[in-house]
Amino acid sequence: MTTVNLTVNGKPVAAKIDPRTLLVQFLRENLRLTGTHVGCDTSQCGACVVHVDGHAIKACTTLAASCDGASVTTIEGLAHNGELHPMQEAFREHHGLQCGFCTPGMIMTAVDLVQRKGNHLEEHTIREELDGNICRCTGYHNIVKAIAAGAEAMAGQVSAQAAE
Amino acid sequence: MSVAQIGQSVRRTEDQRFVTGKGRYVDDIGRPGQAHAFFLRSPHAHARIRRIDLHEAQHAPGVVAVLTGDDLAADKIGGLICGWMIHSKDGSPMKAGPHPALAQGKVRYVGDHVAVVIAETLAEAKDAAEKIVVDYEVLPAAVDPAKTQAKGAAQVHDEAPNNTVFNWHLGDKAATDAAFAKASHVTTIDLVNNRLVANAMEPRAAVGDYDSGTDNFTLYTTSQNPHVARLVLSAFIGIAPENKLRVIAPDVGGGFGSKIFIYAEETVCVWAAKKVGRPVKWVAERTEEFLASAHGRDHVTKAELATDAAGKILGLRVHTKANLGAYLSTFSSSVPTYLYAPLLSGQYDIPAIYAEVDGVYTNTAPVDAYRGAGRPEATFVVERLMEVTARQIGMDPAAFRQRNFVRSFPHQTPVIMCYDIGDYNASLKKALELADYKGLGRRKRESARKGLLRGLGFSAYIEACGIAPSAAVGSLGAGVGLWESAEVRVNPVGTVEILTGSHAHGQGHETTFAQLVSARLGIPMEQVSIIHGDTDKVQMGMGTYGSRSGAVGMSAIVKALDKVEAKAKKVAAYCLEASESDIEFKDGRFTVKGTDKGLSFGEVALQAYVAHKFDGQELEPGLKEGAFYDPKNFTFPSGVHIAEVEIDPETGVTRVDRWTAVDDFGVLINPLIVEGQVHGGIAQGIGQAMMEGAVYDQSGQLVTASYMDYRMPRAEDFPLYQIATTSTPCPSNPLGIKGCGEAGAIASPPALINAITDALGHEDIAMPATPQAVWKAAQKTVHKLAAE
Ligand code: FES
Ligand code: FES
Repeated sequence: MTTVNLTVNGKPVAAKIDPRTLLVQFLRENLRLTGTHVGCDTSQCGACVVHVDGHAIKACTTLAASCDGASVTTIEGLAHNGELHPMQEAFREHHGLQCGFCTPGMIMTAVDLVQRKGNHLEEHTIREELDGNICRCTGYHNIVKAIAAGAEAMAGQVSAQAAE
Repeated sequence: MSVAQIGQSVRRTEDQRFVTGKGRYVDDIGRPGQAHAFFLRSPHAHARIRRIDLHEAQHAPGVVAVLTGDDLAADKIGGLICGWMIHSKDGSPMKAGPHPALAQGKVRYVGDHVAVVIAETLAEAKDAAEKIVVDYEVLPAAVDPAKTQAKGAAQVHDEAPNNTVFNWHLGDKAATDAAFAKASHVTTIDLVNNRLVANAMEPRAAVGDYDSGTDNFTLYTTSQNPHVARLVLSAFIGIAPENKLRVIAPDVGGGFGSKIFIYAEETVCVWAAKKVGRPVKWVAERTEEFLASAHGRDHVTKAELATDAAGKILGLRVHTKANLGAYLSTFSSSVPTYLYAPLLSGQYDIPAIYAEVDGVYTNTAPVDAYRGAGRPEATFVVERLMEVTARQIGMDPAAFRQRNFVRSFPHQTPVIMCYDIGDYNASLKKALELADYKGLGRRKRESARKGLLRGLGFSAYIEACGIAPSAAVGSLGAGVGLWESAEVRVNPVGTVEILTGSHAHGQGHETTFAQLVSARLGIPMEQVSIIHGDTDKVQMGMGTYGSRSGAVGMSAIVKALDKVEAKAKKVAAYCLEASESDIEFKDGRFTVKGTDKGLSFGEVALQAYVAHKFDGQELEPGLKEGAFYDPKNFTFPSGVHIAEVEIDPETGVTRVDRWTAVDDFGVLINPLIVEGQVHGGIAQGIGQAMMEGAVYDQSGQLVTASYMDYRMPRAEDFPLYQIATTSTPCPSNPLGIKGCGEAGAIASPPALINAITDALGHEDIAMPATPQAVWKAAQKTVHKLAAE
């Protein structure tokens, strides 16, 4: 058993865990944050993407113990005061999801993408960057549209925050 | 939120929970005290089990129980069933071997279930499984569907000599042979419809629970049809009587057919829950999905089309070997027969058709319905034949199709189906315009200047949806009726709960169904809740597959709403002191004809429950009605998809440059959701045509058992699709709906292969047309072009 201390969605968490516990297991089973999903066993599908210290990572291939001291954001931590994050809102508005299973990973990846590449994203950039996220339902068409719109809306959000 | 309308792109209400991570899938369910199951699977394609030594595993840390097929047999738990009886052309019933949930004496494919370990944690269950010692006598395996019937091939089941489950046929052989005899041209093609894995992103999962106090079982399962699961688990497998078994399919992360079936793992979890006295949970790893969830397609076909000198089709003849895998999955026998051959007339007036299908066993995972189920296979045959024939007789492929379109309705085909309505030419004309067919020559020249090969391909598909009139499918061998149920519960305050036997796993029923009810009752959508997927709430239903939930599921809701309206009118008549025949219902208000007297829907609902204004002996209090809707006919969505590709002959990389889809789905309730269904279907079809393929090696090992080896379509593989619709409202159901869930997957593979072969200038390529395959095929093209 090993002890981990981390911040999850803004709240401090300390736990004793089996050292082989994956971050995704820790989130889902210990913390019951079941929005982060597991869709594969080869680190390909991206259903498990969360942010660790602001960067998107695949929680299925990350040991919880290796995140000691880190700050983790999951899909459950994205909305603020009951208001959807612009990227969540864009997925809803553009019908960027069907069964919803890939969606948390898609949204977390998309937010990271905007943080890295800015608010004006070309279609081909979005498609290229989604290489590590598989969706079986949507044919990606509306996901691409949602991410482009969500990225633009995030620019509005930043300027709104700055104005406050 | 306001009152919704039919035809409005209402944003989905279910999305709130999905985008915030609050969806509740089976793996998100944890029962107090639950133990974890891990299945030991066969590493061999075919082997006799001489002995299983469980001793060490049973005593490993954390182990609760280790169970095998002997334990199932001792508890008299029956095998898994196939619910559709097919008769061979000699009249004999199909020959099926037993299908135990855990192997009994023999394993028949890699991934077959040998034993289950139930332990405190999954890690402990896995560790213990490694300690099970199985003494296998490895047997030769029959893997290739084209060769499995040959003399000397390994026998999968003793019950099915030559591995032939059935040799079935449909159509008039003599008339078809006669048509071919007088043909001026015959096109012959050999096709392989590649084997696919459904790969819903949520892997299958199950939690079995047993309450010894009440003797009640509960199964949480990733199912597209929990009611059918309960029926089969009760009546055939013998877990418990239906009143003692509750099946819950909560949020389900995609199905595409693969979650229709009643599988070994789910069966074992619910049975074992009583045996070990603990809830038992199992979640498939992706590799297990590949190994042991039903696969799709896998046909080997020879097809011929006879035409006269004027380019009119005279006849079509097909012989297909359909791989059914090592066991018959729940609906496997219906897919290459009644879901396939009746679609071989396509959109065309074909006087004579004859189809012969051998359903064969192999030592591979069971094969069953995958998005489209039989209809993509039929469309691939028809639309490849159409394109190749047009090329061979020197006609424009669009004009050749136009010449042969069915133009008057109803149209009885020679293969069962009676098309009720359609306008195939309207879709084709629109598609030609949107795809700028006229500009193709220019675009081809532009590509050629860059050293690239451009091609365009058509697919004019038809499908039979809205499955299906119960008596009709019963006469064809179905073990169930294919109606749907609905119950409308109006609460005293005028809010409404709809209980439906349909099940949503991505289709957005919570929105579309609520939209229908809102529009019909004139109440805001948020006053309507859709309840599905729980056999304790919804009494019985047939579930969601075959694009049936609009045409059949919503029709059932309409029927129940009709009854609610009729009853509410009676209540309103008492309250308004008018005669029932003078009560009108519009925009959510009951009014007395010619007066301004009226009551809102909510007020009438309240009066129905208060029951002060009428005599309870004359009119029952309450406002709740149910309906079972049995469709009159199949529905026939149709359309035209046009693919345009650009191939780099140096790398073999095919870029899908343009995709045009014009579909006739009849009336659309929510166009946004319909478009989403089309997008997803097209992507799966392009996946089949260019990327995906489940491959077994000669020994029966699945060499594509992960996302490292099975090429799933990614965002980068597609252009933005150009989508449009035409509409001939379906006359067979009250809403005029045809169904849209499978169209994309049915239409797209032949469009794409037709485009690739157009670019290549020859027909020598099979699915999946991977870069390697296209590169090889393009070398022939390059040589030909160089020689010219
Ligand atoms: S579950 Fe992490 S990439 Fe698939
Ligand atoms: S919405 Fe179902 S997998 Fe993406």
